[in-house]
This record gives sequence, C-alpha cells and structure tokens, in this order.
Amino acid sequence: MSADAIVMMVVAMAVIWGGLALAIASLLRHGAVEDRAGSVRQDP
Amino acid sequence: VLEVIAGSADQDAGGQMSTTGGHATAQADEQRRRGAFSSRRVFILAAIGSAVGLGNIWRFPYVAYENGGGAFLLPYLVALLTTGIPFLLLDYAIGHRHRGSAPLSFARLRRGAEGLGWWQVGICFAIAVYYAAVLAWALRYTFFSIDQAWGSDPEAFFFGEFLRAGDIAVSADVVPGVLVPLLLVWLPVLLIMALGVQRGIGLTSLFLIPVLVLAFGALVVQALLLPGAGAGLDALFTPDWSALASASVWAAAFGQIFFSLSIGFGIMITYASYVRRREDMVGSGLVVGFSNSGFELLAGIGVFAALGFMAQANAVAVGEVASGGIGLAFIAFPTIISEAPAGAFLGVLFFGSLVVAGLTSLVSVIEVVISAVRDKFDTSRLTATLAVGVPAAVLSLVLFSTTSGIYVLDVVDHFVNQYGILVVALISMLVVVWGLRALPGLGEHLNVHGRPRVGTGWRLLTSVVAPAGLTIVLVLALRDDLAAAYEGYPSWLLLGFGWLLVVALPLVGFLLARLPWRAGTYLDGPPPGSDPAAPLHASPMTDATHRNSPDEGAHR
Repeated sequence: MSADAIVMMVVAMAVIWGGLALAIASLLRHGAVEDRAGSVRQDP
Repeated sequence: VLEVIAGSADQDAGGQMSTTGGHATAQADEQRRRGAFSSRRVFILAAIGSAVGLGNIWRFPYVAYENGGGAFLLPYLVALLTTGIPFLLLDYAIGHRHRGSAPLSFARLRRGAEGLGWWQVGICFAIAVYYAAVLAWALRYTFFSIDQAWGSDPEAFFFGEFLRAGDIAVSADVVPGVLVPLLLVWLPVLLIMALGVQRGIGLTSLFLIPVLVLAFGALVVQALLLPGAGAGLDALFTPDWSALASASVWAAAFGQIFFSLSIGFGIMITYASYVRRREDMVGSGLVVGFSNSGFELLAGIGVFAALGFMAQANAVAVGEVASGGIGLAFIAFPTIISEAPAGAFLGVLFFGSLVVAGLTSLVSVIEVVISAVRDKFDTSRLTATLAVGVPAAVLSLVLFSTTSGIYVLDVVDHFVNQYGILVVALISMLVVVWGLRALPGLGEHLNVHGRPRVGTGWRLLTSVVAPAGLTIVLVLALRDDLAAAYEGYPSWLLLGFGWLLVVALPLVGFLLARLPWRAGTYLDGPPPGSDPAAPLHASPMTDATHRNSPDEGAHR
C-alpha cells in the first residue's frame, strides 16, 4: 500500500470509529447522570 | 434474552407513571397498545439494524472508490455531520415527540400534513416488495457458496441458470429457484412482525446485529489475509484530491449518507415513537449515525481487500474488477469465492451478512406500514401484520419470482430511491422546517433529555444545508435520467414501473389521509405529557373533546 493510502485509511478509522467510541462514551456518561438525577427526584 | 422478553412494553409503560392521573394512564394504555422498545440499547440496535443494510456492503465501497478514493472521506464526513445526523435527529424528534407512526406524527404536527406520512408509508411498502427479492437471492447464494454452484462463469449462472432472465418484457414464467427462497424470506419476516415491537423487532435486532458484526468482522479478517489485499486497499484509499472539485463527487457523498441512514421516509419516526419518553435521542442518534458509517468503512475494507485478491489472481488492475451492487455481490464475489482459499467459508460469511443486514432493514421498512395501519385503524398487531405482509409477499412473489423479475426490480429500485425517498424526504423536511416552523419545538424536545444540546447550528443545518444538499443530489439524478433512458431500458418499462409508480405513491398517500382515524385518536399536537416543550392541554387524553371521533374524521 502507498503511504497516502495508509494515511487515509488510518484517518478514516480514527475519525469514524473514534467518533463512534466518543458517541457511546458520551451517551453512557450522560445516561448515568440522568439516572442519578432521576433517583434524586424520586427519593428527595 | 429473558430480560428482553420480559422487559415488555407493559413494564416500560409502567415506568412512565411519574406523571399524574389521566395523562399517565392514557400514556400507559397507548404505549401498551402500540408497543415499545424495552430499553435504549434495544432501540439503538434496532435503528442500527435498519440503517445497516445491503447498501452499506455493496454500495459504499464502490461509490467511495469511484469518487476520489481516500479523498471521498472528506465530503462523506461533511455530509454525515451536516445532513445525515441532523436529519436523523429531526426524524427522531418528530417521532419521539408526537408518539406515532409517520402519518400520525405528521397529523399531530398539522392535520393537513398527514398525507406526507402516508406517502412515506407507500414508499416503504414498495421497497419491502422488492427488497425481499434481493434477500431471497442472497439466501440462495449462501447455500450456493458451499459447493460454488455457479461453476466457472458466475455471470452466466446468475442471469441464466439462476434468474433465467429472458428478454426485457413482463413475464409470468415463474422461477422456482427464486420463488422458494422468497417464501422462506417472507415467513420469518411475518413472524417477527407479528411478535411485535419488543419481542419481534427488538429481540431480532438484539440477536442479529452482534451476529452481523462478528460475521462481517471474520470476513474482513479473512479478506485481509488474501494475497493482493493490499492492492485493493490501495485502490480504495489512495486519495484523488482533484475529485473534490467535482460537484458530482459531493452529490455522491450526500446521496450515500442519505440513502444509507434510513432517513426521511418514516422508519426513524416510527422507531423513535417506540422509545420511552425520558431518553437521550441526540446521543442515541450520534451512536446510530457513526455505527452506520463505521460498518460502511468495515465493508469497504473487506470488499476491496477481496477485490484486490481477485485482481491479482487474474493479473489485472483492481479498477477492472471493481464493481458495486448486484454485480459485486452476485458476479464478482462468487468469482472471489471460487478462487480464494476456504472460499466456501468466505461465501457463507458474505452472503449470510447480506441476508442478516437485509433482514433487519426489511423488518424496519415493513414496520412503518404496520405501525401506520395500526394507528389509523382499530386493528390488532396480528391483523395488521397479515393485512400488510400478505399482500406485500404476494406482490413480491408475482413480480420478482419470474423471468422478468431482475428488470422490474432494477427499475423500481432506481425510481423509488431517486424520486420516491429523496423527494418525499426533501418535501417533508421543507414542510416541517419552513411550512410548519416546527424546528424550535422539536429542538426543545431533543434538549429535554438529550446531550449534546442541539441549537442554532442544528436548525441551520436542517433548514438550509441539508435541503440544499439533497436538492443537488436530486437535480443531478434527474438530469441523468432525462438525458438518457436509465440503463437503456425501454420507455414502457421505465414509465410503468418507474415514473408512474413514483407519481402514484403520493396520490395514494393523500387519498389515505382522507380516511377517518380510529375513534379516540388524539390529533391536537404532541400528546399531553410528551415533553415539557409540548403545549399543555387542559384535559388528559381521555377527554373526548381532544379526540377524533369517527364523525369528525369523516369530515376531514
């Protein structure tokens, strides 16, 4: 493979799969915060 | 699995009982009647299952290769972030806030907009009818792979021995080799639909999406180990930066994102309506959007690694063997399978992945129709499944299990995609954004539980950038089709199964919108308690003044 192709493949993986990992992490973190907030609301 | 089966709509509905009195009871009743996903995870997997389909595997790699290779990544990401995900969030907001199928959600946005929902339903019905046929081919080829039944000439085998394609004419000569697998596709689909939102669609997605990722992952590993794989990846990823100056390359990127995300034709509206109220739809949308693209990238790597092997084996350039769509799946891949070590295993993984990816997408397409029928008329899940599924299956068998099936399929697929999905998506978006001015309320709804928050940027993308991008895609497609007959097909075929179909769908849709809603359907905006942004109605859903009586419907 040429250097250009390798760079573009790595960039594609980093951006798309990295974006997916960030999106999952953000969703899980926010979900946990919402769950805690919900528990507090239900049991003040 | 037991948790998923047990986590039925009833439990989910029970979780919404924090609101008071009649609203909560009515919400729970409604949710029990319509069905719901038991958790965010199930919804996300179902949405990924819908988005990841045949197009991810056989369309993206070739589109990327043809439009600048590695350089295509730039317009592709721009399209994903400026059109794909914003439009996906718009669909989610419409369905999640208005708690209904596409027609019901549009009717709750504005009574007069209901026809747009039925137009989307009609498109989904048309897609389901032909999509099942491609699944049937892939199912049959999964078994053909074991002994490489196509012999030394996969192209002649596919068109001749398998499809028995004759002259371009509408024929009634049935091909049993297509008819039987087509029946075998429809039977489990109808069973899944009859089981309902959670036990049918949810459980299927929960099981099949991991299976798909594992199977396709194994295929990619095997393909990467083939000699010549590097040359294939080189062809796919070497950037041609000059391509970025071409409008058609940008249109291809917007088209790829649009067609592969299942947006704009009712699927995501319907699925979002099955998600519990207090849910982060923005975060879920980001996960679904990036998962879809992540799978496309994986498909690109696997497909081009395999094509690199094929090119090396035949001592030709990768460009000479690169193809997409039916040519890639049923002609190029059988050749690769015949020549590769452990080819049978590769074949089962490839065609099995096509079947699984297609099945979860087919289920989502039919759910749009079933959900609409159940919302509009007072029918049980089973009745709606049979009322929708049996005619779709019969049409599918009649049109596509004959010797002319391939031609009709090609034309219907092209026109429904280019002038069905694209036009209805564009018009729906323009109506919601500019006609009904619904964006502020929808954005507010997304922000109640969603992170990151959507704001001016999302509104700008949804109201200007996305419609502009889709308009360019549409204009370029129209230009091509007016310049020359699609694939050189005779005009009677293009007119009958192409233009006539795409004109008939909205007409039928707006006629269906004139039928009355089942008694008790709430139509005055988002249902009470839908979100803090929704207008607060004085009385709960049990209040007859806010319901659509049969008489009222008859006057509409």
